[in-house]
Amino acid sequence: MSGAADLNRNRAVDWALMVYILLAYAFVFAPIAASFVFSFNSDRFPSLPLGEFSLEWYRAVANDPLVWQGARNTLLVGVAVGVISTVLGFGAAYTDYRYRFAGKQVYLALALLPPTIPVVILGLAMLAYLSRINLSGNALSVIISHVVVCAPFAMAIIRLRLSQMDPALEPAAWNLGASEWAAMRHVIIPFCAPAILGALFITMAVSFDEFAVAWFVSGLNETLPVKVLGFLQGQVSPRINAIGTFVFILSMKLVILAQLLLSGRSARVPEKE
Amino acid sequence: MVPEPQALTLPAGGASLPAGAPSAGVRPTMRRRISLYGMTFALPLLIWQILFFFFPLVFLVALSFWTVRNFAMQPDFDTVNWATMYGRTVFWQAYGTTLALAAAASVLTSLLAFPAAYAIAFKLSDSARRWAIFLMVIPFFTSYLVRVYSWQIFLSDNGIINVILGWVGLGPFPMLNTVLATMIGYLTLSFPLVVLLQLFSLAFIDRTLIEAAHNLRCGRVRTVFEVVIPSARTGLVIAALFAFILSFGDFVSPIYLGGGDPTTLSILITDTTKSGQQWPRAAVIALTMIGTLMVVAFAAVKFAYKGKST
Repeated sequence: MSGAADLNRNRAVDWALMVYILLAYAFVFAPIAASFVFSFNSDRFPSLPLGEFSLEWYRAVANDPLVWQGARNTLLVGVAVGVISTVLGFGAAYTDYRYRFAGKQVYLALALLPPTIPVVILGLAMLAYLSRINLSGNALSVIISHVVVCAPFAMAIIRLRLSQMDPALEPAAWNLGASEWAAMRHVIIPFCAPAILGALFITMAVSFDEFAVAWFVSGLNETLPVKVLGFLQGQVSPRINAIGTFVFILSMKLVILAQLLLSGRSARVPEKE
Repeated sequence: MVPEPQALTLPAGGASLPAGAPSAGVRPTMRRRISLYGMTFALPLLIWQILFFFFPLVFLVALSFWTVRNFAMQPDFDTVNWATMYGRTVFWQAYGTTLALAAAASVLTSLLAFPAAYAIAFKLSDSARRWAIFLMVIPFFTSYLVRVYSWQIFLSDNGIINVILGWVGLGPFPMLNTVLATMIGYLTLSFPLVVLLQLFSLAFIDRTLIEAAHNLRCGRVRTVFEVVIPSARTGLVIAALFAFILSFGDFVSPIYLGGGDPTTLSILITDTTKSGQQWPRAAVIALTMIGTLMVVAFAAVKFAYKGKST
C-alpha cells in the first residue's frame, strides 16, 4: 500500500470517501437490521416510534403448521441440494483442473452459466419441462432445479482450492505407485476437504434463500422462502421479519463456518516458490 | 520410475495431460484418452446440466409454438403465440419499461457503487478491506424477499423515513409504489455484487500507473478518469452487465416496491404462468428476454475487452 500513502494528499476528499463507505454499508444493512429489530416489535404495521417488545410474531410463526412444513421442506431440499451440488461441482472442478479436451469451453459454459439466467426464465423453463416429464410439483423438482443453480458455486469454490495445490503433488503420488483412485482419495480429496465442506455450506445457504425457481416448481410443497413470498402477497405481516431473522441466523452460521474453513487454508498452505 | 518430464508437463493450476495418461508405463490401458476415471468426475455435472438446464431451455423454444385449446396445452407448430404477444401494445410497453428500468438501474448502481469500491480499494488498510469485503458478502445470504419487505417498512406513507421527515416538518412523501422504490429494490439486489466486482477490478490496477500519473502532475479527479477507470474498464463493464441482468429479470421489486405499475416483462411472465395455462405465451416473453440479454451481454463483453488481447 505504499502507493496509497502518496495519494493521501487531500484530507477532505478522504473524509468524504470514508463517510461514503459508511453510507453505502448503512444502505446495505438498513433493511437487514430493520427486519431484525421489527421482528421483536408488537406493531402490526411497523414504523417509528417502536412499539412494545414482543415475541408474538415468533409465536405466530411457531404456531403455523404450514410454516413448520415449509421449514422441513427447506431443510430437506437444502441438505440434498448441498450434497448433490458439492459432489457434482467437485467432479467438474477436478475435470477443469486436470484435463484439456475438445469442447472444454462448452463444458465450462454449461457448468457455469445457470446462475446468470434470470430466475423467472429458469423457473418457467423448469416448470414447463419438469411437468412434461411428470417431475413437477414436489420437493424433488425443487432439488433438481436448485442443484442446477447451486452446482456452479460449488465448482467455483473447489476450483479455487485446486488452483492453490502444488501441481506436482498428484503426479508425485502416481510416481510413488498410487493408482489414480488412490491419489484422488489420499491426496486430492484431503487437500480439498475445507473447500468441499465450504461448498456444501454455501450451496445449502443459497438453497435456503432461493424463492423464485422454487415458487415456480414447488406446487403445494412450498419451501420457507416461497411461504414468505406468500406472506408478501397476502396481508403484509411482520411474520416475515420473524422468519427472516430466523433464517438469517441459520444462513450466517453456515456462511461463517464456510468462511472459517476456507480461510484456514492460508495457515496450512506453504507459499509456492 | 516415471521419467521426470512427464510430471513437469503439468502446468500450474491448469489442465494438462490428455485424459487418463498420468503415470506412463504403470498401466498402459490408462493411456486411452477417455478413461473411466476421468469420466467419473466429468460426466455427472455435464449430464445434470444437459438434462435439467439445457433441455428445459430448448423445451421453452418448442413450447412457444404449442397451442392452448380448452385450457390444455397441445404440442403443435403454430406461430400464434408469437403473433399474439408481439401484436399487443402492452407487451411492447412492458418491454420498453423493462429495458429502461434495467438500463437505469445498471447505470445508477455502477455510479453509486464506484466511490465505495474506490474508497475500499485505495483508502482502507488491508485488514479493514478484508472486513469490508466480508460485510459486503453477507447480503448474499440474507433473503432478498425479507429485505424488500423491510424496505416497505422504510418507504410506506407512515414508514420510518416519512416519520423522521415529519419530525423536521417535512412530508409525508409518497415513496412506496413509485419508480424510486423499484430502483431502491434493484439497488438492494445488485449493489453488493457490483461493489465487489468493481473492487476486484480496481485491486488489479498497477499502482505504479497511478503514482506515475501523480508524478506527472495529473490531478486526483483526472487520474480517476484517465488512469483508474480505463484500467479497470473490463471489470466495471462486467459489473454493470450483472446489474443489468439482475434488474432485467427481477419481478419482486417492481411488484412489491413499485406496485406492479408500470408492468415489466418479468411481471408479465409470472402473471401469464401462474394464472391459467398460457405457458406458451410466457415462453415467448421468456425467449424475448433471453434474446435481449444475449445481445446486451455480447455488446457489453465486446466493449469490455475492446482493444485487449483476451
